[in-house]
Amino acid sequence: MITELGHFALALALAVALVQSVLPMIGAARGNGALMDVARPAAFAQFVLVIAAFGALVHAFVTSDFSVVGVYNNSHTLKPLLYKISGVWGNHEGSLLLWITILAVFGAAVAALGRNLPPTLRARTLAVQGMISVGFIAFILFTSNPFLRIDPAPAEGLGLNPILQDPGLAFHPPMLYMGYVGFSIVFAFAVAALIEGRVDATWARWVRPWTLAAWIFLTLGIGLGSWWSYYTLGWGGWWAWDPVENVSFLPWLAGTALLHSAIVVEKREALKSWTVLLALVAFSMSLLGTFLVRSGLLTSPHAFAADPTRGIFVLALLGITIGGSLVLYAIRAPYLEGGGAFAPISREGGLLINNLLLTTCVATVLLGTVYPIITDALDVGKITVGRPYFDAVFVPLMVPLVALMGVGPLLSWKRADVTGALARLKIAAAIVAVVAVSTLAVSGTSLVALGTALGFSMAAWLGISTILEWAERTRIIRAGAFQRVIHLPRAAHGMTVAHFGMAVLIAGITASTAGRQEHIQTMTPGQSVEMAGYTLTFKGVATVPGPNYTANRATIELTRDGRLIDTLQPERRVFRQPPQETTFIRIHTRWFSELYTVLGDPDDNGYVTRFFYEPLVTLIWYGTLLMALGGLISLTDRRYRVGAPRRAVSVAAGMPAPEAAE
Amino acid sequence: MTRKSRRLYFVLLGLLGLGAGLALVLTAFNDNIVFFFSPTEVAAKHPKPDQRLRVGGLVVDGSVQKNGTEVVFTVTDMSNVLPIKYVGILPDLFREGQGIIAEGHMGPDGIFAANEVLAKHDEKYMPKEVADALKKSGRWQEGSNAKHPAPENAQR
Repeated sequence: MITELGHFALALALAVALVQSVLPMIGAARGNGALMDVARPAAFAQFVLVIAAFGALVHAFVTSDFSVVGVYNNSHTLKPLLYKISGVWGNHEGSLLLWITILAVFGAAVAALGRNLPPTLRARTLAVQGMISVGFIAFILFTSNPFLRIDPAPAEGLGLNPILQDPGLAFHPPMLYMGYVGFSIVFAFAVAALIEGRVDATWARWVRPWTLAAWIFLTLGIGLGSWWSYYTLGWGGWWAWDPVENVSFLPWLAGTALLHSAIVVEKREALKSWTVLLALVAFSMSLLGTFLVRSGLLTSPHAFAADPTRGIFVLALLGITIGGSLVLYAIRAPYLEGGGAFAPISREGGLLINNLLLTTCVATVLLGTVYPIITDALDVGKITVGRPYFDAVFVPLMVPLVALMGVGPLLSWKRADVTGALARLKIAAAIVAVVAVSTLAVSGTSLVALGTALGFSMAAWLGISTILEWAERTRIIRAGAFQRVIHLPRAAHGMTVAHFGMAVLIAGITASTAGRQEHIQTMTPGQSVEMAGYTLTFKGVATVPGPNYTANRATIELTRDGRLIDTLQPERRVFRQPPQETTFIRIHTRWFSELYTVLGDPDDNGYVTRFFYEPLVTLIWYGTLLMALGGLISLTDRRYRVGAPRRAVSVAAGMPAPEAAE
Repeated sequence: MTRKSRRLYFVLLGLLGLGAGLALVLTAFNDNIVFFFSPTEVAAKHPKPDQRLRVGGLVVDGSVQKNGTEVVFTVTDMSNVLPIKYVGILPDLFREGQGIIAEGHMGPDGIFAANEVLAKHDEKYMPKEVADALKKSGRWQEGSNAKHPAPENAQR
């Protein structure tokens, strides 16, 4: 019964979304306030209905109602509650429902928080939001209905893949989706602005919090996914340039570019049409991410079953959204020009080069990701574009970007003095030289060592120049610094933290790539392996029963300088439903470095074991967290608060603003 | 800076970015594209030992021989077979009768030396390339494909 109500609520939501996408648009075109006012209640109604539908599906999973196909296929009574709930989005239908739920939440948030937006802009934004909802709800209802029943109902479900029964993965898809869907708001704002033909500093301020929020969620989602693959898959890798990783990375790159170009619109009213284009691109990449993963077009772990009707629907949705918005852009963008001029060497110039490099990254990563699909479709051969390609195109684009990241924040708007900025970074340059020389002294002058030295130099350059910029801005060593730190806009602190996080991330990537050690061997009880200053002694394997699995548990003693410091017990678990084997690795962490142990198959004389030493690998995730934290700090900036737009408008109208003292 | 010269500057910058990106892509594509071959294609095309390849097929029942950390097994597309050698821990769901993909080089001895083996987690699931290769050899029925594969890589 509840399931049918959920289905019905979703159908009603489609009707509401249709109303929301048509009436306010007409109202805005005709200046009819009553029609425009339909947008807000419609967004709220849609929110309530979609939440009801999502709740009904969660209910079916939690109560293990196996008469629902999705529950039967993906759940089991023995599963812990958390994984019953995460099973809701562990499949194609449910994940789309989650998508649309987040969309409805964001839509309601715009309706609730956007009271200060000009009525036409708000009506149009919500209308575009409604159109996206129409497309998605129709897709769910007509091709991927999560509320389908089976009759007679089976007594027990098929279970969720054990590798997906992990807290990291329970929250990875919702995080990513919040990022993807967050860009839909930015997209809606951009389309509305194109229709209005007006993009200005105020528009950039309205859009910025949504871009930031989406970016933060996407950063965390990607980080979570990388961490999960590191500690569950058993080969110690945190990024493989897998197509599925790439499609979540593409909107992140575009979103990062957008965050930076929106600053130029906000401060200088330049790069307007470029910023709008980036907003369109960021959401297009999100759509591509959602659909390439789910459509089965990619050979990938995440791909669910391919169904041709779905494929056509998906292509149509993508075509209408991306094609339509680009056509609108082509027609309307020429009317957006104008804005502050600037010299090539200036803050704007720096941000422009940042954008250029990031969009080039988007293009090259996109090409590498979809190229195999294209060649397959054209039947010119099955190919894979793997890690070497992406490393070869990505790293050369990142090097100048990071070099610029150190200098950029020190450049002034309009026209800057680059020698002056570089002179202020003398200390950073000196430390970079020391880092580079000492890395080379330790590791020699092979190609790998040169790469390592470059990586550490980049990290040092970025980290130190970021701190120097912050110290200079707050004049930290002079009296009254505390006051200046307090009064510095939050966005400035946010930038410092996020850029520093990037430096930490680069250091982690470099160290764990260059210093990684691996040992694979067959071990019998009592044997030991020496590695990175540790001695790992294999003590044997015991069979241990678990709630819904049986485990082979190895015991490995870890000694350093003759002292026992840890006992690690990696396992191989055999699950009963579904009948699958999974590796459970165990990690010993010392400072930021990790020792990673995997138990393999039994062999004639013992067990195969695999050990990795991953130096400074945890910096990758600390760096990612710092970046997200920087975004969060930026988001709390007073200028972007919910009430801010009205005041900003009054500033534009030449009236005194209460926050002018800031 | 006048409007015109500013526009010129943008265009030049854009072209520079485009050119750099293109150059990077072309050089990287040249060296780093990996083709997928079925055992039949391997037999027909005789790939050189320096060409990085992906191969795949069903693991032949009874062909898996483990010798310490080294594993030798045979894959088939039902028309031809190909022996594969791999050192390391195989993915959890590597099984006889299941579809797998291996990446590596052809050895001079006719044995494919893999340094990566991919298997999918669902016992009914078939990697897309393998399914297509089987379809080509006419030994695959549509509809026996299953849902929800989960990731599983073994890399070295």
